[in-house]
Amino acid sequence: MSAPTIIMMTGALVGASCGLIGAWLVLRRLALMGDAISHSVLLGIVAVFAVTHSRSPLYMVVGAGAVGLLTVGLVAWVQRTGLVKEDAAIGLVFPFLFALGVFMISRFPTTVHIDVDAVLFGEIAYVPLYRLEFFGLDLGVKAIWTIGTMLAINIVLVLLLYKEWKLSTFDAGFAAAIGFSPVLLHYVLMAAVSATTVVSFDAVGAVLVVAMLIVPAATAQLLTRNLLHLLLLSMGIGASSAVVGYYLARWLDGSVAGAMATSLGIMFLLAFLFSPTQGMLARAQVRARQRRSFLQDLLVAHIGAKPGGVAIDSLPQDFGWARTTTDRALKDALANRRIVESGQGMLSVSQASALEER
Amino acid sequence: MTHVIEARDLTVAYHESPVLWDLDIDIVEGRATAIVGPNGAGKSTLLKAILGLVPIAAGTTRVFNASMQQVRQRVAYVPQRGSVDWDFPTDALDVVLMGRYGRLGWFRRPGRSDRDIAQECLDRVGMGSFANRQISQLSGGQQQRVFLARALAQQADLYLMDEPFVGVDAVTERAIVQLLHDVRDSGKTVVAVHHDLESVREYFDDVVLLNVGLIAAGPVAEVFTEDNLRRTYHGPTRPDMDRPGAPARAGSEMVPVEALLR
Amino acid sequence: MMAIIPLALFGLDVSWDATLRNVILGSVILGMTSGMVGSFAVLRRQSLIGDALAHAALPGICLAFMVTGTRSTEVLLIGGALSGLLGTAVLLVINRWSIISMETALGVVLSVFFGFGILLLTRVQHGGDAAQSGLDRFIFGQAATILPRDVTIMLVVAVIVLGVLAACFKELKVLTFDPLFAASIGVSPPLVGALLSALLVLTIMIGLQTVGVILMVSLLIAPAVAARQWTSSLAGMVLLSGFFGLVAGVSGSVASSLIDRLPTGPMIVIAATVIVALSLLFAPERGVLSTWRSRRTRAEHFRTILAAADHHGVSSR
Repeated sequence: MSAPTIIMMTGALVGASCGLIGAWLVLRRLALMGDAISHSVLLGIVAVFAVTHSRSPLYMVVGAGAVGLLTVGLVAWVQRTGLVKEDAAIGLVFPFLFALGVFMISRFPTTVHIDVDAVLFGEIAYVPLYRLEFFGLDLGVKAIWTIGTMLAINIVLVLLLYKEWKLSTFDAGFAAAIGFSPVLLHYVLMAAVSATTVVSFDAVGAVLVVAMLIVPAATAQLLTRNLLHLLLLSMGIGASSAVVGYYLARWLDGSVAGAMATSLGIMFLLAFLFSPTQGMLARAQVRARQRRSFLQDLLVAHIGAKPGGVAIDSLPQDFGWARTTTDRALKDALANRRIVESGQGMLSVSQASALEER
Repeated sequence: MTHVIEARDLTVAYHESPVLWDLDIDIVEGRATAIVGPNGAGKSTLLKAILGLVPIAAGTTRVFNASMQQVRQRVAYVPQRGSVDWDFPTDALDVVLMGRYGRLGWFRRPGRSDRDIAQECLDRVGMGSFANRQISQLSGGQQQRVFLARALAQQADLYLMDEPFVGVDAVTERAIVQLLHDVRDSGKTVVAVHHDLESVREYFDDVVLLNVGLIAAGPVAEVFTEDNLRRTYHGPTRPDMDRPGAPARAGSEMVPVEALLR
Repeated sequence: MMAIIPLALFGLDVSWDATLRNVILGSVILGMTSGMVGSFAVLRRQSLIGDALAHAALPGICLAFMVTGTRSTEVLLIGGALSGLLGTAVLLVINRWSIISMETALGVVLSVFFGFGILLLTRVQHGGDAAQSGLDRFIFGQAATILPRDVTIMLVVAVIVLGVLAACFKELKVLTFDPLFAASIGVSPPLVGALLSALLVLTIMIGLQTVGVILMVSLLIAPAVAARQWTSSLAGMVLLSGFFGLVAGVSGSVASSLIDRLPTGPMIVIAATVIVALSLLFAPERGVLSTWRSRRTRAEHFRTILAAADHHGVSSR
């Protein structure tokens, strides 16, 4: 496989993996917790490295998982004091953990030999260079193995816990009442998010993992109301951002990770504007249609309420609408035969319309 | 008989679905008026429409025969208690002091006289000794009284209140009623969205029966009848109530109307 | 300009030179301003909007450089402010015109703007000219690069921000406390909300050089949360929050200059968080320790009464 293909494949795997697990974050309104976790796992990586001096993905994942859960636990604990609101709690915990991580890296550069830039922004361009060796056999690109495995784990998790996560997202109280533990489900999800985050660092770095976790699912939310479709779309959007991002990075000569985030943003924008069900365009059209019919109803009702009918000339004053608006409502109502014009410029409700209402 | 509030053909919609429909309402000065109707009838929305807090789809409202912008200082609004942040660092006196902000306008600070007025209003609602108490430490009834004091501090001529008796203990309720009557007796006008049908006769002079559209309005003795209540709360409908194009009404609670009028 | 004045501080020699002075001044200005403005953000449950806006500033900074070619701080910060404001607008639009929740919208704006910023940044870096562009100092903050001129800019912005805050204090107060009531007395929520967002953006601009985009949010939240535990008046909270921010700024800067290889930004954040932790634990009445103690005393008291009742054969029914 060529280097570009490997890069795109890696990115696609990251996108699919993050898109899938991140969708649950978005549905549970925990997008910012995902942001928090991805910042604070820096500390996890640092701690693991300081202790083991190894960059083995397994250790990293465990370390990240631990710090991820620590973040979640700390936030929950801070909130439980009742003194701090949820959003403030998040904003207290993760910068502190992140600062600790940077502190350790700066203070102990020999013990903690980590390139902060790489951790934060990723080095996807170098991914093809690291290959997985197993007893002298070159099994392929290391990143593809690790991220691919993570994706597989995420898929298995979602398959296993689909109904549990679905229920506890929608109605945690009910879920608890029928015997599931929303708390456990929550922490399992958070552990999965932490692990996915750290595994994705190689490719896109900590900070941009947030984009991968949140934006595909947010975009999918604008396109469908079906949970399964949302998960699939989210994965697809995440994956495709890798391809688009790669070419965008090539064209602009910039970081691939940044380009991926940008392309996700573009996709989100497109969905926001043009989604057939929820896009701005569609909404504007529906609203305009509804408004028109609504104004017509108002007009007819108003006329119906006055026993002797209503003089055409008095309409603008009565409603306080612009002249054109009144004219159009009038035209519609006449065209639909809901009102009739009697002589002397008076309007009254048509027989057909009055009968219909009964 | 002066009309403090005049609404003509007032229609308010939310996502093109009507909340208030073609209302013609007159509120008489110097009286206490209740706005009554089932959930979703648009009662709170009516107050907000009069205050200019929600966009109006059609029709007009006049307050003191002028636009709301012009007479804002003469109107005091007591919203439902749910909109407030109870953890906010503030005490009872401070909340009442906020009632003076409208008169101060931008940039000016409250002064000695404002503070005195605020304390006076707190005294008037029986919360004078709670001036420095944190609002989160107050009971529901006490909180409501503080908000009432805030309204009094505005020294308004018209008081619009949204469900002032909800979540309030019996003693506080009696105190609030007394206060409202005092305010009315001094020539001011009180309009309140009221949730409890049983007390309408006792507390109010006039009533507006609302269910998206206007069912009836006028002095309680004339208008607060079994028939009207049935129509408001969606009992058997009568043909002359339905107008072409009129929307579905809210609330299909089968209220035992007779029981309420005992 | 300044001579090097040795200072004996806890027995350590602090070299009081121009750089340190600038860093401390910058941190003081930042700490005070972000503490005060942050109070309102925290009370309005908008703590994390500051995070999103800080991240959203990055593309603006890069674009400002790409368009003007200058590295002068005020130009870059204006660019940052503009894109921060754009971020605010996008946030509002997304929140208002779609089903996307506020949390998700914040995450989208934060990550997309920042990602775009990184794209621009790396493009600039690859362009060769800007290996020295030093644009990335806005991401983590690099207090040592603060010039006296930068301090002046920070001071000017801070004065404006705090001036507006003081002038509109009661409007901000009533809006935060009871938006419906505020609207009814003519304090328009959209207008004042926009004003607060603008103040937030300006405050963030002050902090970018010192603590950077990623850590800025901590300075908006921590001092305010800490202050809330000690006082029950808004004015008190705002002032105390400014003070805590100031303390965090100074201690962080001094610590980072005393000890080798300690970056200023993270130290300030750590200082601020320590202040919060201490406040949450030890504040009278609200603090965790105090609540725990009073709960224990009450429980004991209750047990004593029950025991006495039992002893006297009084039914506890």
